Amino acid sequence: MHDAVYRAPPIDGLLIAPLDEFTAVYHRASGITHLLTEPAPQILAVLGEGGLSLDALLDRLAEDYELSDGTREALAARLDELVEAGLVEAA
Amino acid sequence: MGRTVTDACMLSRALADPASVVGLDADGWTALLAMARAEQLIGTLAIRLDGLPMPGAVKMILADARASAEQGRRVALWEAEMARRALAAVDCPVVLLKGTAFVAAGLSAGQGRSIGDLDILVPRASLDTVEAALLAAGWEWVKPDPYDDVYYRRWMHELPPLIHRERDRMIDVHHTILPLTARVTPDAPALIAGSVALENGLRTLSPNGMIVHAAAHLFADGDLAGGLRNLWDIRCLVDEFGTDGLDADARRHGLHEQVARSLRLVGALFGAGNARGVDRLYVRRLTARDGWGKPTRPVTRLAFYIRSHWLRMPPAMLARHLWTKFHKG
Amino acid sequence: MRIGPIGFRIGSDWRSPIAQLETLYRDYPKPTDSIPDFTVRLFARRPWRRLIRPSVEIGGDYMLPEAAPLPLRQGLLAAEMAMNLQMALGARRYLLLHASAVERDGRALLMTGISGAGKSTLATLLAAKGWRFMGDEFALLDPATGLVHAFPRLISLKNEAIATAEAAWPDARMGPLMPATPKGDIRHMVPDAGAIAAMDVPARPVLLVFPRYGFEAETRPVSPAEAFVRMTQASTNYVALGEAGFHALTGLIAEVPSVAIDYPDGASAIEQVEALWAAL
Repeated sequence: MHDAVYRAPPIDGLLIAPLDEFTAVYHRASGITHLLTEPAPQILAVLGEGGLSLDALLDRLAEDYELSDGTREALAARLDELVEAGLVEAA
Repeated sequence: MGRTVTDACMLSRALADPASVVGLDADGWTALLAMARAEQLIGTLAIRLDGLPMPGAVKMILADARASAEQGRRVALWEAEMARRALAAVDCPVVLLKGTAFVAAGLSAGQGRSIGDLDILVPRASLDTVEAALLAAGWEWVKPDPYDDVYYRRWMHELPPLIHRERDRMIDVHHTILPLTARVTPDAPALIAGSVALENGLRTLSPNGMIVHAAAHLFADGDLAGGLRNLWDIRCLVDEFGTDGLDADARRHGLHEQVARSLRLVGALFGAGNARGVDRLYVRRLTARDGWGKPTRPVTRLAFYIRSHWLRMPPAMLARHLWTKFHKG
Repeated sequence: MRIGPIGFRIGSDWRSPIAQLETLYRDYPKPTDSIPDFTVRLFARRPWRRLIRPSVEIGGDYMLPEAAPLPLRQGLLAAEMAMNLQMALGARRYLLLHASAVERDGRALLMTGISGAGKSTLATLLAAKGWRFMGDEFALLDPATGLVHAFPRLISLKNEAIATAEAAWPDARMGPLMPATPKGDIRHMVPDAGAIAAMDVPARPVLLVFPRYGFEAETRPVSPAEAFVRMTQASTNYVALGEAGFHALTGLIAEVPSVAIDYPDGASAIEQVEALWAAL
């Protein structure tokens, strides 16, 4: 779906504790703790409640975080994982 | 074996009239808490007794119970949300049932309530689409026995149980509120048509629908284990919504007797009323719990267990079902 | 009885487990306000099973329908398991860590690992060297303060650990030897008087150790993420505690170094632990 908009929980909807290359994230709405690794925490930080399309997200990530292996397919795969985990909603 | 002097009337009294607990001694509190836990009512008790003077130890235990109920509420609402996301593309009403419905709608019946699995009601015609959508979104079958599976699909009021593979939580998808083998057949389409929309698009039954469902579940489906909690649900619903049109709705679903009995039992257990005749047997069954949380009155309990199966299945089928189950061990 | 901050009452269809508990826990205080936090019940599934091949089912406020019963001669073990079950399923005030704990100078050492890793034995050995024993099975982490609270139950010793502990504590009061339980030979040991007397004194955790028995001595750091994951797996109520659990555990991992210790025998483990402690 090229024009899908991806949304993440609002700022206060997540508790974030960086550990090492992993980050522990507590999702308050679900009570589930996730262990995420780059670029997932960055994706969540950028998406927020407003929501972005896949392409817009790719651009923002490149801009804000200089994420290296930022192919479109890889990003789509990461987003699917986050959707299955309930952290991201695709509309 | 001595006669049990304590029973769960102590608990129903405490819920109905919170101020009555103020005179309890340590043993009394201990018994009350054990009963409340056994009847899945300790969260509710905590809400009802909030602010009353009580020993420090009780205050902490009840605070824990409230925290547990709050966490349970969060988890239940999240399961509902994930079901909503999974079923967003399916064009049918999705009606929440039981505890999840109470908390989703912010009802008094939901306060402090312990919630188990997610129960939803969908039109029978949409079952296949709903099943497919859930399986695609990460739910899977709780490995059923082939015999049980056939039985389920032909006769039960729900799909065989599904569990989400990541979150490890179950969902029960109903298409009506009683098994098809039961002697009573409620009007499921009417229940769905009368359902009320929540902000997020999910639905709950109408207030009368919820009372009828609770009564059906209590009498026609179960052996009354956990009945006190069900009756408390009904009491809260009646308190919040009244009984306008309840009689007519109950008759439409063939559940007039059950609803009437529920209301009488609510009065007997939580109000000033006294139980008469057969109702007294029900009260005996419902309060069969001692101060250690142990189920008591085994003969009464067995009678109700057999009765509940009798109500659900025609006798020949029941014999075959129990025989197969007995053989599987 | 009360163990640390948690009070229990035990009901039983037989006298003998109660008699054993009364003896072994005789120096422990009563529950706060005489109202226990948890009820434990040891019961017979059928009335005649009280007398014929008596078989003890484990239950209480929280029950596990699949739990297998134990013979009456292992009734004490059944009681201890039943208490564990109540804690595992019902504890809410503290984050339950599946770890042993000992204390020195107000600071606590936590040792966690799978069964057989040696956390019970090590705690017993360290206590014999002057550390204060806080618990062998559960350590209670207070989400509000980050302090560890003691839960000094009867120490559950298995197989070779029995002899090791008896050697270190020749005067200790012991429960009956229960051979051939589902977990091997088991014997319970009553913690020393100092441990019982100090059970209400919490301590600040400063070192988290993951011991591994039966390997050449080696010490290596454990990454924060690995320690975090292992601790969530070791905690039965992490999920139930929600946000408070998250804060408590991430706080612990952030502030306390995590170290893996491989050790061939008790003496070596103690040496390694003392060295790590001194280097803090």
